[in-house]
Amino acid sequence: MIVLLLLAAPTAAGVLALAAPRFGARAGTVLGVSLLHLALVGALWAWPGQGALGAWISVDALGLLVLSLVSLTFAVVGCYVVGYLRYSPPSSGAGAARAPRGGRAFVGCLLLLLAAATLVCVSQHMALLWVGLEAVTLSVAPLIYHEQDRRSLEAVWKYLVLSSVGIALALLGTFFLATAQQAGTPLLFADLLRGARALHPGWLQAAFVFLLLGYGLKMGLAPLHTWKPDTYGEAPSLVGALMAADVTACAFLGLARITAVGMHAGIGPFMQPLLLGFALLSLAVAATFMLGQRDLKRLLAYSSVEHMGLLTLGLSVGGAGAYGAVYHLLNNGLAKAFAFLAVGNIVLATGTARLEGARALLRRVPFSAGLLLAGLLALTGSPPFGTFLSMLLIVRATWAGPFRWAALPVCALLAVLFVPLAARVLEAAYGEHPAAERHHEGPWLTVAPLALAGVLVALGLFLPVPLREQLAAAASTLGGQRP
Amino acid sequence: MLALHDGLVLGVLLLNFFVLGTSRLSSGIRSTALQGAALAALPAVLHPVWSFHKVLLVVGTLAVKSFLIPTFLLRAIREASIRREVEPHIGFVGSLLLGALAVAVAFTVARRLPVAGSEAELLVAAAIATVTIGLLVIVTRRKAINQVIGYVLLENGIYLYGLTQSDRVPFLVELGVLLDVFVGVFVMGIVLFHINREFDSLDSARLVHLRER
Repeated sequence: MIVLLLLAAPTAAGVLALAAPRFGARAGTVLGVSLLHLALVGALWAWPGQGALGAWISVDALGLLVLSLVSLTFAVVGCYVVGYLRYSPPSSGAGAARAPRGGRAFVGCLLLLLAAATLVCVSQHMALLWVGLEAVTLSVAPLIYHEQDRRSLEAVWKYLVLSSVGIALALLGTFFLATAQQAGTPLLFADLLRGARALHPGWLQAAFVFLLLGYGLKMGLAPLHTWKPDTYGEAPSLVGALMAADVTACAFLGLARITAVGMHAGIGPFMQPLLLGFALLSLAVAATFMLGQRDLKRLLAYSSVEHMGLLTLGLSVGGAGAYGAVYHLLNNGLAKAFAFLAVGNIVLATGTARLEGARALLRRVPFSAGLLLAGLLALTGSPPFGTFLSMLLIVRATWAGPFRWAALPVCALLAVLFVPLAARVLEAAYGEHPAAERHHEGPWLTVAPLALAGVLVALGLFLPVPLREQLAAAASTLGGQRP
Repeated sequence: MLALHDGLVLGVLLLNFFVLGTSRLSSGIRSTALQGAALAALPAVLHPVWSFHKVLLVVGTLAVKSFLIPTFLLRAIREASIRREVEPHIGFVGSLLLGALAVAVAFTVARRLPVAGSEAELLVAAAIATVTIGLLVIVTRRKAINQVIGYVLLENGIYLYGLTQSDRVPFLVELGVLLDVFVGVFVMGIVLFHINREFDSLDSARLVHLRER
């Protein structure tokens, strides 16, 4: 019942916004639906038995964790949207700043994105999960093209071409998975796990490779990341927040499910080097391309490539690494979301995310600049943010795992990655800029991201028992255990 | 004597080469339409047991793959008034040779895969070859329309593979494929019209504003 409502509410509101924009296409719709969604997810935590709707749709530990991340970030973005659509740039000052536009496509696609992401989280059937990810891709595309200029057109074209190829490869992988399975309901996750030993290893390996390529592309693992900086750079910041936190988490869920099946089937020695290769390459690519980056949003995009690499690293080393990966998925999602929203405020105030215009931010937009500095600390894994613990867990598990040597390059790359991110963010905060006036930062635009940062600090200081249990359950699905 | 379904699969395979070898976009689109018709007929010919589901699948595939999408693409090239692919990254002869190589590799791979019967083996080989050629077209052609055509080939190859599983994997997946092609190309098409308006050409090589400097 709860799950049905979770799916139906955003779908209905999204369709309403598209069909009857006079009633539905308002910021309040996004806020109301996302708060309802958050309340329903809270109810799922309180009554864990309620999360089933037949065999195909039910909530397990992995799904619940991703769903909670999606719901929380959407509630925050829901608040942010209210302030975003009300924002009017000051008549004097930075001329480049434009008033944000809403419209039915914007509101409708946001709501449909929530519905599609929910479907991904609750589906226990690999084909249904694929359909959900397809819907996520399609509902994000109009949001990327929201500015409707040349650059966003180019970004959305790259995004569509690459991710539709990725989604096609993932479908082929899903078919291979069905071929590998001889008993049980085809493609049902629970039956795949139960009959994992009987799966045909050759077809399962083929399925894993194609699903890794397909879902890895949607996560943005190097070398399949090329769409990411362009897309995150051109999309409105709140869309960037949702993509970096939720769309990547949904794709990770797909990859985690097939990895879980493979671990139970005993093809770990085949999968682990592949996952490790993508992970190390992602870290290296992020480190290389961050160095010359002068655009805050693109910088965050490469940071996202880095953290996707860390998640994949956690999957590949298994053990406590799987626990760390799921934990880091939550932490990274929260950190990315509030960092992107802080950059969003900066873009609203200065008209650009490039460092030429976005400098001296502590003087011009002190609150958002503070948030961005907090985001820097969170994304580089500093205490007291939760990212510190989860990154530490992943690195320690790498040292303890089958690829002990990999811990060295990982530590070196993480150290290298700290430098460009810190240098650029500090330049943005403290650099020189002729514009001196201070911009007004409304409560809608600041309180919600601040709340996310608070949650992330809380996750770093204290893990409540139910959350710890769900993390351990998710890790054991992935063939790992609690540290 | 060649069985009907083998003939259809071979037809699908040969139409790939037609797309690879032609510079005229309209011929490429018509080949995919023909390919779609062959794909629509295949489920009926392979398992001639009729059910509501089967009828829906055949009619749906025919409508989407050989009517809706080709019409849509033909309209796109008419409105953008482009007819030919100029200077693909790999020439037509070269891409034909690569296509032939893909087919050879596909048949070798399919023979080694544990599939039941020569009928399924041919299907799997044709599927792998079509997917590979689709990727080849996407990568080597410059015109945005041609990339969409390549994507349609890729999808057709996946559909072909799905046919080997159609008696086990339920309904939803087949619908998913159709929906995927339809929506994917539809959204791409909308974007194409915008690309045309903004850039005065459908040349994806001009989409170079966003790159690392």
